[in-house]
Amino acid sequence: MKARLALVLAVAALIFFAGYAALFIAPDEKTMHAIQRIFYFHVPSAISAFIAFFIVFIANAAFLVTRKPQWDWLGVAGAEVGVACCTVVLITGPIWARPVWGIWWTWDARLTSTFILWLLYITYLLLRGLLEDPQRRATLSAIFGIFAFLDVPLVYLSNRLWRTQHPQPVILGGENSGLAPGMGKVLLICWIAVVCVMILLVVDRYCLERLRHDYEELRFEVESRSAAAQSIGKER
Amino acid sequence: MKNFESLFAAWMVVWAVFFVYEVTVARRMARLREDIERLKQQLREG
Repeated sequence: MKARLALVLAVAALIFFAGYAALFIAPDEKTMHAIQRIFYFHVPSAISAFIAFFIVFIANAAFLVTRKPQWDWLGVAGAEVGVACCTVVLITGPIWARPVWGIWWTWDARLTSTFILWLLYITYLLLRGLLEDPQRRATLSAIFGIFAFLDVPLVYLSNRLWRTQHPQPVILGGENSGLAPGMGKVLLICWIAVVCVMILLVVDRYCLERLRHDYEELRFEVESRSAAAQSIGKER
Repeated sequence: MKNFESLFAAWMVVWAVFFVYEVTVARRMARLREDIERLKQQLREG
């Protein structure tokens, strides 16, 4: 418990430092000025969402191979946290877009594919809620999760393959892309902070799923005993 | 600072989403722990 508290405090300190770096250390962008600083949490949240959905993909594939429930727990943990990260991206993006583009939203390839990504993983979570049988739920959601991951490379490549209102990539982009050195360092700090938060959330959500499994087992045991007691009573 | 309100709103959204999510996970965990304790009690009582 103490180790966890220390970890949470360390991540909180990192978040505080990342926020300070994004607001006060990062150099001012010449055309957008202050509003460009949303970049330091918008982009790391998007990368964290991709990582979370990659965890879902790996966990789902591993579940289909091994049939171990632990992989299913990791899959649902990654999906929920990925949706949270993707929600951050879909809210901070329009807040940034409004003063810069003059519009909150446009249906270009990057924005639309990101919205579809969010919808796919919401569907993944809703699908799980509809299925009662744990094995069936885990199998069907694993298949769906693998299918949903196909949208991740599409989101990544969307502003490379098509002309979009969304800016062209500044990281791993073409010859004229790139970040000022000061911006790159601050982005790295913010990215580490958001990834740490994402990992903490995935671990917590995994523990919740493990607890749910324990609860289901106990409930089954209680129901079996009560059914056995009732049948003995009837025989007498 | 121009557009400071939008920057502040975005900043709040980032941490509010993560914080609210963590609170929901913690609440679901607390509820499950209570339910598990209740079931264990039922098993002990036979």
